[in-house]
Amino acid sequence: MPYTSELKKLIKIVEKTRPERVERKKRGEEFPAMSLSEREKILKYHPDFKEEGRSEIKVGPNKGYRIANEMVELLHAKSRVNPDLIHLSRIDYETDVLVIGGGGAGTAAALMAQKTGVKVLIATKLRHGDANTMMAEGGIQAATKNQKDSIYYHYLDALGGGHFRNDPDLVETLVTEAPKVMAWLENLGAMFTKFEDGRMKSLHGGGTSRKRMHYAGDITGAEIMRTIRDEARNYPNDIKVLEFSPAVELILNDQGACGGAVLYNLETEEYIVVKAKATVLATGGSGRLHIQEFMTTNHYGATGDGLIIAYRAGVPIKFLHTVQYHPTGAVFPEQAEGLLITEKFRGAGANVLNIDGEQFVYEREPRDVEAAAFIRECTVRGKGVPTPTGKFGVWLDSPMIDILNEKGTVRREFPGKWILFHRYGIDITQEPMLVYPTLHYQNGGLEINRKGETVVPGLIVGGEVSGGVHGENRLMGNSLLDVMVYGRIAGETAAAYARKQFKDGKLTLNHVKRYNKALQDSGIDLDGRVAPMILPDYSNPDVRKKQLTTDYTGTLR
Amino acid sequence: MGNRAVKPKKTVSKSKDSSEKRVPIFIMGKKYEVPESLTIQKALEYAGFQLIRGCGCRGGICGACGTVYRFPDSYRIEVGLACQTVVEPNMYITQIPFFPANKATYDLEKLEPTGSTVMALYPEIFKCVGCGTCTRSCPMDIDVMEYISLAIRGDIAGAAELSFDCVMCGLCTARCPAEEAQYNVGILTRRLYGRHIAPRAKHVAESVENIQKKRFDKGLKTLKSMNLESLKRLYNDREIEPDMADEFWEPEDKKYIIVQ
Ligand SMILES: Cc1cc2nc3c(=O)[nH]c(=O)nc-3n(C[C@H](O)[C@H](O)[C@H](O)COP(=O)(O)OP(=O)(O)OC[C@H]3O[C@@H](n4cnc5c(N)ncnc54)[C@H](O)[C@@H]3O)c2cc1C
Ligand code: SF4
Ligand code: SF4
Ligand code: FES
Repeated sequence: MPYTSELKKLIKIVEKTRPERVERKKRGEEFPAMSLSEREKILKYHPDFKEEGRSEIKVGPNKGYRIANEMVELLHAKSRVNPDLIHLSRIDYETDVLVIGGGGAGTAAALMAQKTGVKVLIATKLRHGDANTMMAEGGIQAATKNQKDSIYYHYLDALGGGHFRNDPDLVETLVTEAPKVMAWLENLGAMFTKFEDGRMKSLHGGGTSRKRMHYAGDITGAEIMRTIRDEARNYPNDIKVLEFSPAVELILNDQGACGGAVLYNLETEEYIVVKAKATVLATGGSGRLHIQEFMTTNHYGATGDGLIIAYRAGVPIKFLHTVQYHPTGAVFPEQAEGLLITEKFRGAGANVLNIDGEQFVYEREPRDVEAAAFIRECTVRGKGVPTPTGKFGVWLDSPMIDILNEKGTVRREFPGKWILFHRYGIDITQEPMLVYPTLHYQNGGLEINRKGETVVPGLIVGGEVSGGVHGENRLMGNSLLDVMVYGRIAGETAAAYARKQFKDGKLTLNHVKRYNKALQDSGIDLDGRVAPMILPDYSNPDVRKKQLTTDYTGTLR
Repeated sequence: MGNRAVKPKKTVSKSKDSSEKRVPIFIMGKKYEVPESLTIQKALEYAGFQLIRGCGCRGGICGACGTVYRFPDSYRIEVGLACQTVVEPNMYITQIPFFPANKATYDLEKLEPTGSTVMALYPEIFKCVGCGTCTRSCPMDIDVMEYISLAIRGDIAGAAELSFDCVMCGLCTARCPAEEAQYNVGILTRRLYGRHIAPRAKHVAESVENIQKKRFDKGLKTLKSMNLESLKRLYNDREIEPDMADEFWEPEDKKYIIVQ
């Protein structure tokens, strides 16, 4: 759908203020960035600070912790399957390392484990690679430009972005491993965007002090994901993949260690027992929980399953009280709603504007600050741009990019977005985009140490499902990096555990029974809820009402 | 059994105003009436399907939702990604969420970036009859036939460049009379290019060496042992590379910069 005539009128206002804004930008005059204390003030408009959006967890290792209602509901839900019905003595698959989740972290883990000679089984919910990693556009941070940058600054930026709450050890490992990850990916043949002499191009992201965001066109995550997936497929005997088989429960053994997982075959609807010497949990994020009804950028399977099953097994969670809303999600046209408009547009010079075509915030504040500023502009100051479906947005002035650089820059640097909007009859080299914050990233997650280990021996965690690396707020480009760094580490740790530390024991699901019992005893109204969610429920409720003979367990038939 | 979904949210039809105009579409030949502004993917859900196959990113990049369709009065087979294509009246739709394709295994390091490498791994590439069906079948508007012929001619860089936007949906493969696995050829050329043709990033190798030689250990140790107040001050005052600075910009403070 092209812009309506009402919106076209409003775009005229943007065009009017554009020449002067371009001139200012050229002179290096930016809209003033906020001080730390100003940031603190504006953050009260951030959804994280809405008390009615959160509630207290009543069971498990983080009893008393207040996080988003949608997550608490899943933690306050019973297992999908009665643990007594699962025959743990009938093992369907046995492997050295089980990797749960075939996204970036899981695949990197599989590759590193394979290198050491162990056998790997990847169990994943959708297809291998259908994951948030595939969707990352903007880039991956690493301090590789030695004349201007170093891991010292990378560390400082990550910490400042995370409100200085990040686990310092985890950040140290993140930034120290970063250049090695870039070298690894270059060796695997990932096509990063380069200058003719081989230097990788790099840009700013929100909260970076140096341009250290490396990228592959505007499909950085896809390029990384398809490259490592292709590499994993080069070892069909060592790395086996079970698709459409999400994990629904971890299995422990009588030594207190993780002994594998129960999977659910989404197609044949049977439960499967996998026994493993070590298990890597890399199930990614949870955008599809639609916290506070926000739209999301995440893939279909991002329902936070890993959090739930590991929490039941006793792994504490961290920093889940903060959720990242990407400031720039598309709000128009409706078909593209929630879709991410990469931060690189702002990095490349596009201003953010209200209905009067005026700037109201510096474009490269950290994400939480930027998002809060948009929300305030639309909901408190009433300067949002109304959409035909009754929502509000602010302008992201993409045409500036061509003017500031040269004609053709937008099409060259953002081919994916150009085509997308072009299909809807919008030319983003001429017309600005309408954006609003969208649910994007699970800042927190399961507690790990710098080797990816958890409190459960043999259970290793990496990627978005973990918490601590980014503190209360992740910077763009540090997540793809996190996934590569801690995915690789998880694979190495798991392989070493499988070889040296693993002790066989009787498999049990007693922890699940205990958790179910604790829920029962807590007096929470369980209301028949089950978790993990596996897939969001987007089918038509009117149709469901007529499915008179169909039973649903949670969202699934 | 009373097992209720954890609060169903954001269901497609709820967000749809019931007054919106509906259009008929035919899902695998069967008629459904759906709101006209939906994508094929949301229309399937609106019709009552719960997607398991054929849905991944919902954002046009994972290639899970390859879809073919046709209109009653036309012989043409059209293609699209279900998550990106808006329904049109009287579409006959089917998804092709999976199509088997040959994938060669290899050790990238040992390969040469030449046409003969591609031919050795994918000998069927010779059988291409140049019919152009793949190009017409690509929802990403990639000239698939051309990247295949570039690969045959040994122009690895060209094939890599041209296939860069491939989402590996497999629609080209599904329709190829010569049974090619175009997208696997595509990624082979891209990896060959990235590994063996594109000039290496020396700065990356240097930064790895800096780390291996532990040249930053002192700086990081200082940061890690600093109290919150000083850390905040340091952060607030850190020198920021200007937006418009060029590649070779250098900061004033070089204390924690290491150039070899
Ligand atoms: C649109 C978008 C753009 C982004 N852009 C950037 C960017 O520019 N830079 C950046 O650094 N970061 C970016 N991010 C964030 C980053 O991509 C993700 O945080 C990161 O890729 C997560 O990787 P992961 O391996 O932890 O999870 P994923 O890549 O999501 O992989 C998790 C996998 O686990 C599977 N899974 C889930 N549950 C189960 C289960 N129960 N059993 C088995 N398998 C399961 C999923 O299906 C999926 O395949 C972006 C994210 C999105 C959504
Ligand atoms: S469809 Fe097959 S035979 Fe036809 S041009 Fe493409 S690769 Fe060649
Ligand atoms: S080249 Fe083939 S696999 Fe790739 S996007 Fe086009 S049709 Fe899909
Ligand atoms: S669902 Fe991923 S491309 Fe459509």
